[in-house]
Amino acid sequence: MRVSFTVNGRQQEADDVWEGESLLYVLRERMGLPGSKNACEQGECGSCTVRLDGVPVCSCLVAAGQVQGRRVDTVEGLAGADGELSPIQQAFVDAGAVQCGFCTPGLLVAADELLEHNPSPSDGDIREALSGNLCRCTGYETILDAVRLAAARTGQAV
Amino acid sequence: MEFLRPASWQEALAAKAEHPTALPIAGGTDVMVEINFDHRRPDHLLDLNRIGELEEWETGTDTVRLGASVPYARIMSGLRAELPGLALASHTVASPQIRNRGGVGGNLGTASPAGDAHPALLAGGGAVEAESVRGSRLIPIDDFYTGVKRNALAPDELIRAVHLKKATGPQQFSKVGTRNAMVIAVCAFGIALHPDTRTVRTGIGSAAPTPIRAGTAEEFLTAALDEGGLWDSRKPVPPAVAGQFAALVAGAANPIDDVRGTAAYRRHALGVMARRTLGWTWEQYRAEG
Repeated sequence: MRVSFTVNGRQQEADDVWEGESLLYVLRERMGLPGSKNACEQGECGSCTVRLDGVPVCSCLVAAGQVQGRRVDTVEGLAGADGELSPIQQAFVDAGAVQCGFCTPGLLVAADELLEHNPSPSDGDIREALSGNLCRCTGYETILDAVRLAAARTGQAV
Repeated sequence: MEFLRPASWQEALAAKAEHPTALPIAGGTDVMVEINFDHRRPDHLLDLNRIGELEEWETGTDTVRLGASVPYARIMSGLRAELPGLALASHTVASPQIRNRGGVGGNLGTASPAGDAHPALLAGGGAVEAESVRGSRLIPIDDFYTGVKRNALAPDELIRAVHLKKATGPQQFSKVGTRNAMVIAVCAFGIALHPDTRTVRTGIGSAAPTPIRAGTAEEFLTAALDEGGLWDSRKPVPPAVAGQFAALVAGAANPIDDVRGTAAYRRHALGVMARRTLGWTWEQYRAEG
């Protein structure tokens, strides 16, 4: 089947999509957007997190046909057109919140959404918002640092 | 496989009538796991995401009619006063990403004994609104779960909503797992005080082939509260009564040993959760008096 939807602000189309295919597969294998990672394929790890009509979801658990005509935002859409990193991406770099990097795209999407709705989150808010994203390298502390850093910088900029 | 995308509820019912083996998919948090892992290959997937009314709820005088696809995240934020037990249970479901997609209709459709909503639904009381092209019916929640991952739906029926009694007293939900997020229940327990009828209802998850109520425990506690005049006096529940209630809840379970825990552990944990949640709800009832 054919599926068309908006990805990072651009209308995209995929043909010959299998009816049981996930949004994650379509993004990675048919649209050249491998930023969303494929790990557990059962919604346990959060590394495939994207935003569907603005809401964070596991793209491995969304059937491709369900996004017809809808809006999807992936980690590739966070940076500016000129490649300038978004505040949360820059904060991850500066705080050293990345080790192997596999969980990073999902964490970035989840953290970006948190800060959009809650510009000065408590530690509890951050832990709650990122509770669906597993990281096996960092021990999470530097990730929490990065989110706090991004929040502080964004707060100063306003 | 064929992907059916009805634009309205009537179209969805017609599609289900034409293809009774079609597998409904809403949040996808159960269905897509089975497809990703090749555990299931339905002839037809029936997508319910385009049907907006499934994601709405209506609040009546005594009940809430909760659309089958209302995501857990919105139950947590919007129905904490009316359905406190279900709101608490919803908050323990998996992760924010999953709670943004999954809803009670899917929990009921899958009918896993480990579904987090079930103990709260059983304790709070209500009925499942099932509909087909033949008509609509209300299935009491007590009659809905018929076996491991089996429910009372006919092949041509879809879940439209659940009708849940608005809380008339404190409710609690408790769940045992290895961590707070992303965890399937080792066992779970829900309790609801119903001061309007002077009864107590319960729900047990992950400790029997289906979600169940602890009927004998409910009868014992309801009688003990009545005989002690505790609904009126709002005095503390005597420890012996709480202890007996906990033992009866543990005894109501019919758990198995599996990778998540042993049957003996599940029974023990249910007793602990029963005593604790009774304490929490009764303290809240006393404080409100």
